Amino acid sequence: MTIERKKIKKESLGQWFEKMTAAGNRIMAPKRNKKQVCFETVTSPAEVAFDYVQTTVSAKRAVFPPVEEMLAYKFADKETKLEEKEIKPQPTVVFGIRPCDADAFVTLYEVFSRDYKDDLFLNRWEQTTFIGISCIQADSACFCTSTGGNPGNTKGSDVLLTPLKNGDFLVEVVTEKGKKIVTAAENLFSSADSDIDKESLLAKLPNKFEGKDMKAKINAQFDNEALWSRQSMRCIGCGACAYVCPTCQCFGIEDERFGSKGKRIRCWDSCCFGLFTLHTSGHNPRHTQWQRWRQRLMHKFSYEPDNLGVPGCVGCGRCSRACPTDMNILEHMLEIAEEKA
Amino acid sequence: MEALQKKAQELLTTCRANVVIGYGQGSDDKPRAIFVTDPAGADKLIFNDTCKQNLGVYLMKAEVKKLGKMGIFATKPVMRTVVLLASENQLTDIDVTVIGVNEDGSLVDFENLQALENHVKTITFEPDPADKAKIEAIEKMTVEERWAYWQDQLSKCFKCYACRSACPMCYCSRCTVECNQPQWIPVPSHHLGNFEWHMMRAMHLVGRCIECGECGRACPLDLPVHLLTQKMAADARKDFGWQAGMSLKLENPLSSFKPDDKESFIK
Repeated sequence: MTIERKKIKKESLGQWFEKMTAAGNRIMAPKRNKKQVCFETVTSPAEVAFDYVQTTVSAKRAVFPPVEEMLAYKFADKETKLEEKEIKPQPTVVFGIRPCDADAFVTLYEVFSRDYKDDLFLNRWEQTTFIGISCIQADSACFCTSTGGNPGNTKGSDVLLTPLKNGDFLVEVVTEKGKKIVTAAENLFSSADSDIDKESLLAKLPNKFEGKDMKAKINAQFDNEALWSRQSMRCIGCGACAYVCPTCQCFGIEDERFGSKGKRIRCWDSCCFGLFTLHTSGHNPRHTQWQRWRQRLMHKFSYEPDNLGVPGCVGCGRCSRACPTDMNILEHMLEIAEEKA
Repeated sequence: MEALQKKAQELLTTCRANVVIGYGQGSDDKPRAIFVTDPAGADKLIFNDTCKQNLGVYLMKAEVKKLGKMGIFATKPVMRTVVLLASENQLTDIDVTVIGVNEDGSLVDFENLQALENHVKTITFEPDPADKAKIEAIEKMTVEERWAYWQDQLSKCFKCYACRSACPMCYCSRCTVECNQPQWIPVPSHHLGNFEWHMMRAMHLVGRCIECGECGRACPLDLPVHLLTQKMAADARKDFGWQAGMSLKLENPLSSFKPDDKESFIK
């Protein structure tokens, strides 16, 4: 559908939130808690933080929670019975994601719908509306323009808001889902003046590297152990990068038993953990941290673009900001780009 | 800084170390750990009061160990880390050369671990006053308030294990939390799983935590998990007169028996 442009006053957001809540939606939005801004359930825009570059953790938990029950079972009369769970997620509006995050949700969708249709994910996805907010500021960790995005990218958002100088928002209605949520509160929106220059409102973020060339460049370094070792020597092998990342989607499956009953649960996992690829035999194909670090970057910049046709990294910079040992992904990618093939 | 760089060069040229672990310049004026193997690279070493990461964690990392004998620039917490790791038979004089870095940046060259222990015994270690105040505030809470406080904090944890990975004392090659057949503590990051994980971590560090605060600094969610281990350290000090990382002899109060141990807790 063609993108429809409208305007909403900042003071009307409250009424929009009320309409969304009245329609049965849970609203997840960035909320400030001391130094951190994280996505939490909110009821009014007064709780929402607007003056930040990026949230600490992505909003992926809206469709891919860190802990999710897959099935429950019961053992009785020498028989195991599976308990079918009806999956009925609450309709959710994710408000205030950045354009890079919206892009990341497209990647997640591709992963969970490509061949096997993952009901747990897709049911949540269908019930979720994404309202993005364009970036008017960026920091040194941001590099979305190098991974195919930009600070005002509409890809992945159902509705994209761009803050205007007077505090109001330019509204771009991108999808049918977006149209539905805007139409439900139609009186709050006015038509946008045709002379609003969206581009001039956005953060300026020069391209740091050519995203389309990166796949060939990183592939050429696959066997360069010296490079990967050098980069990962200070990595301590935690999962902070993967857990704050908007596109990381690996999970582990755990069984929890309580007497004769039990649950099967899927939990976030990370390729940076040594246990991730450890075989039952004791053999570990990625037994060193440099191999795990290589996997992380190869997956994002080579395998995902190859297999899914979508970026594996959207340049949000969260991992660089969260890393306790300052593993700066942008710096590492620039080094890889410059390394001799 | 120049003295530090010269010392690194000296360690590398005299083969007292094959790799020197220190701080270098990171992103946005932040320091980061660097590993110098070539004397020519020693000019990348820096030191200032933002250099907080406990570098002792790298003494237990297989890839760093593989580089050969390790030299390390050790601030006070790192000195204690090395003593503790040596007391637990994880490091010997063959593995490591320690260069102490005082708060003013001056250096102390330790001939061996015994010299390090002698030095450590002469200096006092005070827990961070801000953290001490936070622990005292939590102690003053009623049981219900304290429960609510930790519920609020720990429910946010998503188990990235940055606290564990950043801690030099968490060096088990396979952590209990990763054993899932059978499960000892719940692996998922739900409430119970998070509580059991952080309790287990705190208990495993009683008398071993050297109060560097690295677990709390490493937490991407800014959860005050270091207060749990520091409270344990304070209790070990109060109840057993024990401070971790002060002696090369393994006398940790929870893993050593003495005939005159207090038994006042048996009621």
